[in-house]
Amino acid sequence: MAETHSLQELQTPPVSSKVFIQRDYTSGTICRFQTKFPSELENRVDKQQFEDTIQTLNNLYAEAEKLGGRSYLEGCLACLTAYTVFLCLETHYEKVLKKISRFIKDQNEKIYAPRGLLLTDPIERGLRVVEITIFEDRGVGSGR
Amino acid sequence: MKNDYQQIDPKTLPMPAPSHPPAPRGGDQEERQPQEQRRKARRKWQVFPGRNRFFCDGRIILARKSGVLPLTLGLILVTSGLFFVFDCPFLVQHLTMCVPVIGGVLFVFVLITLLQTTLTDPGILPRATPDEAADIEKQIDESRNGGYQSPPRTREVEINGQVVKLKYCPTCKMFRPPRTSHCRVCDNCVERFDHHCPWVGNCVGKRNYRFFYFFIVSLSFHTAFIFGCVTTHLALMIQEHETSFSHMDLELVVCFFSVWSIVGLSGFHTYLVASNRTTNEDIKGSWSGKSGGEPVTNPYSHRNICKNCCSILCGPMPPSLIDRRGFLPEDECVQTGDGGDIELPVLTTKNEINMVGKHPCLPLHPAV
Repeated sequence: MAETHSLQELQTPPVSSKVFIQRDYTSGTICRFQTKFPSELENRVDKQQFEDTIQTLNNLYAEAEKLGGRSYLEGCLACLTAYTVFLCLETHYEKVLKKISRFIKDQNEKIYAPRGLLLTDPIERGLRVVEITIFEDRGVGSGR
Repeated sequence: MKNDYQQIDPKTLPMPAPSHPPAPRGGDQEERQPQEQRRKARRKWQVFPGRNRFFCDGRIILARKSGVLPLTLGLILVTSGLFFVFDCPFLVQHLTMCVPVIGGVLFVFVLITLLQTTLTDPGILPRATPDEAADIEKQIDESRNGGYQSPPRTREVEINGQVVKLKYCPTCKMFRPPRTSHCRVCDNCVERFDHHCPWVGNCVGKRNYRFFYFFIVSLSFHTAFIFGCVTTHLALMIQEHETSFSHMDLELVVCFFSVWSIVGLSGFHTYLVASNRTTNEDIKGSWSGKSGGEPVTNPYSHRNICKNCCSILCGPMPPSLIDRRGFLPEDECVQTGDGGDIELPVLTTKNEINMVGKHPCLPLHPAV
């Protein structure tokens, strides 16, 4: 009964607030988010878990933007085919973005949704922020 | 407890509610109406706030002002056309078959790179959602109250040891990432903004800089090649005492003036690529001179010409961030459909719809 109750709550909980994790530009324009734990999430999720999520995201974006043999080969091939190759093939970046979407969905299902939180894929916000929606936790009795 | 959920009566909603099982059959009158509204779901390009035009249902993007792109295309097509029609047959006869082949390859490359520069999203940043904008405003107010020295609408970050100021964009309602600038012609913030080029009718930014560079370099070769061929043709005809070469006048004039300007431009951009700078930064002198007694250095340069060139010209192709072909969430269809994303819902009803539309990972379907 308690489980059903919490699932129903997640169906219609009002949004309490949103937290935005900003980009970290200290290493340049590569896509990287700040790992600083926001105070609004203190009672909701474990700090280490949050940092692990953001760090994994950062690693995935670094993999997408990595300069190396593979990306240069892809770039040269694209140039030689006048970029028509991308009409049939997916770029490495796009493949990693799909991986990131799956990762975020997985994190939401396992960690964040049960705690009344929701991570939004940064690509939906122009890779500017990681938006975390905090739903009201009726279980805590802080209802309006 | 259940009263909280019963106040949201799905049957009173104009939009399909999650408690309604999906009804593609559409037998019920009430369910047909939400179906029709679902079919009218609009794509994001239709409400895009910038000054752009879209074709092929959002697949192709163009700046609204095409500038002198028709002139560019006209000059290239006419000059190349005259070359292939008049000069090539003569030169094939007198010189070699390679002339039209080389000319053809260069011509195709020029056209393709021009079209890609014009029709590619240059790296437009979507505008901040209302929630984001509110959060940033709150941070700005807090920093103002904190009595910090820097003006409230700037933020300083240290990038690879160099302090860089990020400015707030009042149109896009966000702090612009480094190297991003707001194009007044297109009314968009563009990542790694180089310049707005009226000759290609588009901004040149992060995503299409390589196409632009290859366009001007290949155009330099193409123009120089045609110029050389026409001069050779002229010389050979004078040798044979021919005097009718009026079509060559046009080609010579166009090529002569183009060669200097385009080769010069290619040289300038080769310097920019090698030093990992943008035209915008070079014009403003961002990385030359001193700031507060300390010499400023370009924090984005890899300090290696080869690496700079490779990263800009053959690096990974970043995706378009504006999701032109994505569908607007359903509550935006009900509303006026102004640009921007979902507003922080006041009613639980709207929140429900948001969650249905955007986040299927949450258990939201009681019917399932």
